[in-house]
Amino acid sequence: MICLGIEGTAHSIGVGIVKEFKKKCKVLTNLIKIYRSEQGGIHPREAANHHAIYLADLIKESLKKAKVEARDIDLVSFSRGPGLGPCLRTAATAARALSLTLNKPIIGVNHCVAHLEIGRGTLDGCNDPVLLYTSGANTQVIAFAEGRYRVFGETLDIGIGNCLDKFGRTVGLDFPAGPKIEQLALNGGNYYNLPYTIKGMDIAFSGLLTAAEQYYKKHKNLEDICYSIQETTFAALTEVTERAMAHTEKNEVLLGGGVAANKRLRNMVATMASERGASFYVPSKDLCIDNGAMIAWLGILMYNSGVHMEIKDSIIDQRFRTDMVDVTWRE
Amino acid sequence: MNKKDLLYQGAEAKICVSKYMDFDVVEKRRIPKSYRIKHIDNRLISYRTKEEAKLMIEARNKGVSVPIIYDIDLKNGIITMEYLKGSRIKDIFNNLNETEKKNLCLKIGRNIARFHNNDIIHGDITTSNMILVDDRVHFIDFGLGEKNGEVETKGVDLHVLMEAIESTHSKYSEYFKYVLEGYKKELKGDANQVIKKIEEIVKRGRYR
Ligand SMILES: Nc1ncnc2c1ncn2[C@@H]1O[C@H](COP(=O)(O)OP(=O)(O)O)[C@@H](O)[C@H]1O
Ligand SMILES: [Mg+2]
Repeated sequence: MICLGIEGTAHSIGVGIVKEFKKKCKVLTNLIKIYRSEQGGIHPREAANHHAIYLADLIKESLKKAKVEARDIDLVSFSRGPGLGPCLRTAATAARALSLTLNKPIIGVNHCVAHLEIGRGTLDGCNDPVLLYTSGANTQVIAFAEGRYRVFGETLDIGIGNCLDKFGRTVGLDFPAGPKIEQLALNGGNYYNLPYTIKGMDIAFSGLLTAAEQYYKKHKNLEDICYSIQETTFAALTEVTERAMAHTEKNEVLLGGGVAANKRLRNMVATMASERGASFYVPSKDLCIDNGAMIAWLGILMYNSGVHMEIKDSIIDQRFRTDMVDVTWRE
Repeated sequence: MNKKDLLYQGAEAKICVSKYMDFDVVEKRRIPKSYRIKHIDNRLISYRTKEEAKLMIEARNKGVSVPIIYDIDLKNGIITMEYLKGSRIKDIFNNLNETEKKNLCLKIGRNIARFHNNDIIHGDITTSNMILVDDRVHFIDFGLGEKNGEVETKGVDLHVLMEAIESTHSKYSEYFKYVLEGYKKELKGDANQVIKKIEEIVKRGRYR
């Protein structure tokens, strides 16, 4: 079965084509275009316009790159939510049009669950992981328990990516600031005390952000502040992930989301995993960030397990919760 | 100290059974984590050990059931406390009948209100951190707690339990309402304000 997936929950528009091969996911193409506003923030309507402009070409280019004819597509999948209304609607509208034109079934999937399933689908040995999902807006710890994917921990205020980007804006770094902060941190080494806020398996960053901005205003060394931000936030993320692993008694950990590209974060989570005797997994970069291939893959899993959707039911859900998904494809 | 038997190895600490004078005790020892820099690790271990002991002693003085503390070693992050010979709520909850579940939840709510009345925030209220001995719910694991009188913080404290029940006892997630019922009965301030906070947290968190 071949599926074309369209991702459009926030600033990225992605089209991926994947094929099921021996129960694993084979990615044929995975094209992503990222909307960037001047100021760095996100304007849902402008982002949606950006997505609308590029979508048709992205689909054409994907088919060409994958060497797949449009009629070979068996299923069209799209991100139903959670996300920004205008962006979700753009992706869903394109998916409906494609499904009707090709006369192939449509399916809408949960974005957060897709981040987890793409790890299971593409990485050998990754079967039942705890996912640390860190992106701009989202920071969640997700695992399978009692028949569903459940959020065991998450941010109580802003996502880790937003935290890094907001700090970047304050100190004049270009958007997105994450990679620049990572570079600067390499030259830092003096630790400035920052709030380390954990509540149960939940986490908070806004207090740390304010404190870090204060250090900058007091002319502390920027490289040292970046180092301190990374050491503190990533340690807290690693800690809540470990707590979730202990709580759910799982011995695999998977990273997902754009911040998973950060080497220091990877290193911390990998160290934690090896100390627990657990396995550590991280998908390739294009499968970590928001992308269409993961949407396509979850579409295949759901469709093959008997979930079928009519065009009239293919509505978006801005607040689509992870634990609302009926997981029909797992034991 | 006599020989030590490992009772439990968690994400953060090791719990060993031991003897202190003639008492059966457990030692809770926080494990250093090499993924974080020494500075943060030392700070967290000694801070949490100190906070945990302090909050447990205060909670006990205010009539909440918690283990007696015998000894504290800040440098090595060890608390020696009474060994509670009972069952974790996590292990027994699903097997209770409806009335027992309801009554237990009411009792849990009343106890949480008792420490919230004194601005003690537990920080990690889950069913793994409550032990039932005879008919009394005991609270352990105050390491993420703090002293704080804000409605917001009390809301977050209860929200952690709500999530824990939803994820660990998902079939019985509606029983959280009895926790709130018990909480309302015992709280000295306006419990509805705290409950409103929980709803706010739900909205801005995972349900976004
Ligand atoms: N005083 C005690 N008496 C009996 N059992 C205890 C006691 N303290 C801890 N335990 C057991 O050890 C487990 C972990 O202890 P806890 O303080 O919650 O540490 P952690 O931070 O690792 O969760 C508890 O769930 C409980 O089963
Ligand atoms: Mg505990």
